Formats: sequence, C-alpha cells, structure tokens
Amino acid sequence: MPLIEIKNLEKTYNEGETETRALCGVSFDVKEGEFVAVMGPSGSGKSTLLHILGFLDRQTKGNYLFDGKELNEYTDNEAAKVRNEKMGFVFQSFNLLPRTSVLENVKLPLLYSSTPQSKWASMAKKAIEQVGLSHRLNHLTSQLSGGERQRVAIARALINEPKIIFADEPTGNLDSKSGSAVMEIVEKLNDQGHTIILITHETYTAQYAQRIITLMDGEIENDRKVEKRRKGKDEFVK
Amino acid sequence: MTFKNSLKTAIKGLRVNKSRSALTILGIVIGITSIILIMSLGKGAQELILNQVRGLGSATIIIEPGRESQGPSAFSSLFTDSLKDREVEALKNPSNVPGLEELSPMVVLSAPVSFETEVHTFMVLGAASLIAEIVDVYPETGQFFTDEQVQQLASVAVIGSEVKNKLFGPSDALNQNIKIKSKVFKVIGISPKKGQVGMLDVDNSIIIPYSTAQKYLSGMNYYHEIIVKAKSEEVVPETVQDIKTTLRELHNITDPSKDDFQVATQEDIAQRVGTVTSVLTIFLSAIAAISLVVGGIGIMNIMLVSVTERTREIGLRKALGATTKNILTQFLLESVILTLLGGVIGIILGISYSFIASLILSRVIGSNWQFTVSLQAILLGLGVSGFVGLVFGLYPARAASQKSPIEALRYE
Repeated sequence: MPLIEIKNLEKTYNEGETETRALCGVSFDVKEGEFVAVMGPSGSGKSTLLHILGFLDRQTKGNYLFDGKELNEYTDNEAAKVRNEKMGFVFQSFNLLPRTSVLENVKLPLLYSSTPQSKWASMAKKAIEQVGLSHRLNHLTSQLSGGERQRVAIARALINEPKIIFADEPTGNLDSKSGSAVMEIVEKLNDQGHTIILITHETYTAQYAQRIITLMDGEIENDRKVEKRRKGKDEFVK
Repeated sequence: MTFKNSLKTAIKGLRVNKSRSALTILGIVIGITSIILIMSLGKGAQELILNQVRGLGSATIIIEPGRESQGPSAFSSLFTDSLKDREVEALKNPSNVPGLEELSPMVVLSAPVSFETEVHTFMVLGAASLIAEIVDVYPETGQFFTDEQVQQLASVAVIGSEVKNKLFGPSDALNQNIKIKSKVFKVIGISPKKGQVGMLDVDNSIIIPYSTAQKYLSGMNYYHEIIVKAKSEEVVPETVQDIKTTLRELHNITDPSKDDFQVATQEDIAQRVGTVTSVLTIFLSAIAAISLVVGGIGIMNIMLVSVTERTREIGLRKALGATTKNILTQFLLESVILTLLGGVIGIILGISYSFIASLILSRVIGSNWQFTVSLQAILLGLGVSGFVGLVFGLYPARAASQKSPIEALRYE
C-alpha cells in the first residue's frame, strides 16, 4: 500500500466572482521511503498540492488517501494529530519562534503531542545532533545564520520521528553553500527511511530526489525517475 | 497538551513583549486599586460610626418626635412637638412600660456661651442625670448634676473638654460662672475627652438639666428626644412595644402608620448606618468598575493586535499539531494572566493607599479610625480581574484559534 495515494485531486479557490483552479485533476502515488521532488513555476499549483498533502488544507474534489485513509474522513482535531505525529514540515522562511532558544524551538511539536515530558529534552537533543547543531543548543535563533536556522527547522520536523517530511523550498532563502548543507541532511534523512516530499523550482535541488513530478497550470506535465541523482558527497562535505 | 504547558507557553508569549504587557494592564491596576481603596475606606467609616452607635449601650432606646420619613417629599418634621411632660410621665409609669429603668428627656440647642471676654457657640444639651451613664461622661474633675438639681431647675453645667479649652484655656474652670445666652450657669464638672458618641460630639458640648434648658433657654414645652434605658438588653423588644402602645393610647392613634413619634433601638440605628454606608460603598465601587471595563477593552485591543502580529506563529503551531482548542487556551490564558497580574498589583496598591489614607484620616478626624481591608475585597478584586480577562480575552483568542494554518503561514 502506498503511503500517499491521490486520484483526480482538484482544488478551486473562490475569491468573490473569480474562480481559480489551482489543481485540476492530479493523480500519483508515493511509496514509503520515497524521495519525491515537485517542480513547477510559480502558480503551477505545487504549494497548493503540498498544503493538501500536509493536511493543512482540504481538496475540493478527488481523493487523497494517507496511510490508506481518506483525508476528508479526518476531523480537524484528528488532522492536527496526524500533522503532529506522522508529518514534519520545513518551510522556505524557516518559521522559527523569535527570541526563543534552539532547544525550545525544536521541542515545540512535543508540546502538542502525548509524549511524556521527561523524554522531551533528550529527544530534542538527539534531533539537534542529527542536524549537527549540538554546539548551538542554547543560542537564540536570531543569533544563527540562515543555513543554521533551516537546520533547526529540520530538527524540529524530525523530533516526532515522522513518516513523511514536507519541505517547501527549503533552500529558497539560502546561499548555495548552506543550501547544499541543508539538502545533504534531507538526503541523509531519506537514507534513514523517511519519506520526503520536496517542493522546489530549482532543477539543481530537485536532482537530489529519486523522482521528479513537474506541475504546470495545475496538471502533471511530467513524472520521471532521476537518472543521475545528485549526492551530497559529489560536491563537498559541510 | 497539559494545562501547565499551556500556562508556560502563555507566560512566554507575554514576556516577549514586556513593556507592552505592562502598559496594557494599567487600566486594570487603576480599577482594582480604586475598588480596594473605596471598599476599605467605606468599611472604615462604617466601623467608626457603628462603634459610636454601640457606645450608647445595647439597652438604650431613643424616642424621637415626628413621623418616620416616607420619602424625600414627606415632612419628617411633622408633629415635632409630640413629646412633652405628659408623655414623659406616662412612660415613667411602671404599669405602662414595665421594662423601663430610667429615662432622660433631651433638649438640644446651639447657643453662644461666654466666660469673661471669651465667646463661642456650643451645642447645649438639656438632659437628666441618666445621660452621664449612657454617654459615659462622668466628669474627671467635679461631678455631674443630680436628679434633685434637675427638679430644682438648678443653673449648673457640665462642660466638654474642648469647651473648657476654648473658654478657659489652661486656667481652672471648676465653680466658675459661664453665661449661656444671658443666663448664668455654674460649672460643676468637666467631662473627659470622649470624641463622638452616637451622633453627639461630647467634647464640644455643654450638658445642663433639661428642666433648666426648657425654661430658660429653649422656651419650648416639648422635648427633642427621649432617651430610655431598659432594665436589660433582653427586655428591649417588649419595652419598645410598650412605649409605642403607651404613646399611641395617649395620642389616640389606632393606625401605626400615623404615629407621631419614632422609637429606635441602638441596633436599629446601627442597621440604618450600615445600610447607608454599604449603599455608598457599592455606588462608588460601581463608578470605579467603569475603569475596569475601559481596562478590559484595552486588553482586548492589544490582544487583537498581538494576534494579528503573531499570525505566522499561530499558523506554525497549527502546522506542528496544535488544535483549535490549544490556540484558544493559549491566548485566553495570556489575557487572564495579564488581568490577574493587574489585579494583584491593584490589590497591593489599594491596600497600601488605604493604609496611608487611614493614617491621615485618624490624624485629621482625631478619632480612632481603623485600617480595615476585608478578605472579601481582595477576593472580589482577584475575581473581577480574572473575569475581565476571560470576557475581553475571548474574542481575540477565538480570532486566533480560527486562523487557517496556510493563511497564517502565508501571512507576511
């Protein structure tokens, strides 16, 4: 059973008189452990797709089965629980809490989980170690560089050991060096078995994935395997 | 999410904007401070007056002429001449009022009093010797007049301590002659410093036999008041009833609503005073409560700004698994914590100001003003401030919780 199964997914936005069709019948599956990049120019519907896949929004028509269960069968509270336990999010603009330490930021998802509080600190430290920021544990996020901030965001996405990580233009606000560092971590996570859905408009970044889905005007234009995958060690390490 | 963690999150949220949080609660602080201050001063005033009333003794009954006031337009002064010698004699008869031990008719007037070249206006009380016991003004120097002296229409006077100071200064007053109006009285006693007893300023009064007062000073044949001492506290209710029956028979009154006199016990007066001060306190507190409403609106306003400012944070929290309820709780707690904090500061300030005010008042009035802060006032302050936070925080907190995570994350 694929982890994600979408069939004829449609999303329409109504803003007053005008009706915008962001997705017009998109279908594909994602297997557990897969690394999929979704590409497309702005307005192609890739963000809308990510929001629905990430349980942040709901489709207008069509089906979306996550873990075998239709999205529309989840209540809002159940959807929140799925986001908390099974999904991790990495955003282009990091979305870290300002004036708050790295440790506190990474712990944030645990606040809404049923994990006993005694385990929080060790879980957070482990996640921070995975992104190589143990030496920044008690720094405020405002004292970190862009690349480091995005790594904090990845640690936060990791902390609940999610099945799937959604990364929305994670390198969009970074220089190429820190971008590569971030992508290396994403790649490592995939090697560890996490399913990754990466949204990007850079072909370069998309090359890290096993498969690239290209969207155009709300429809799939292309769905192909990556022949020559980019590996972190091809470039430079750290 | 546990309540403890919600609380921690809310406190963190507030600490990010310390100075704004502080300014926000100013309205609540002022409101609670004024309520505590007003309640404390009201209570102090009530205690002061009640103590004076209780000073009369619990077996004391006061008969006043005139009808009970039926409202602002009714003449309570109607039938002010209804208490005369005839009534006094009837009340003194043990077969009419068996519970009566003693009584004192009272004549009250204000008159110029002179000694040599000093002239001042004082309150002059015509009374029987019983008054010395009831008001507890047995002279420290000299003595009080006796009932024989009352019968003989003796021209003797017992003067209050302030009267002595004003007329005689440091020199000896005993056995000196003073003039009240143009009548010469001999000072036979000087009463100790007492302050207020009942509604009477003893220190600034001169007490003379009521018979003398009636004949030479007021020129009237009626009394302003009759003070009755019952045999014991227990017989007060039946004595009140006997007094009413006797006076009604004497005046041929069948309908009690047409009474031309009023009978009040010390307890009645205490109750009346209690009602008046309570109403006043409630009224003033209600005015102070307006500032709480204004403060609450201030909180709502700032919380709404805060919600808009933190749209991204709310979206992020939702994306990471926060439910609508989690967000609602967090923002509601923030406003309740703010107002409770304001309440606590207000209570502390209110108590401090009440204490300072009580120090000043006891110096100005010169009597023993008690500093009182009731637990009720403190609990009320806390309750009201928490309630204000809950009510005025609900709308912003709802606005925050209803935000869609994608809209919130997109917000720049």
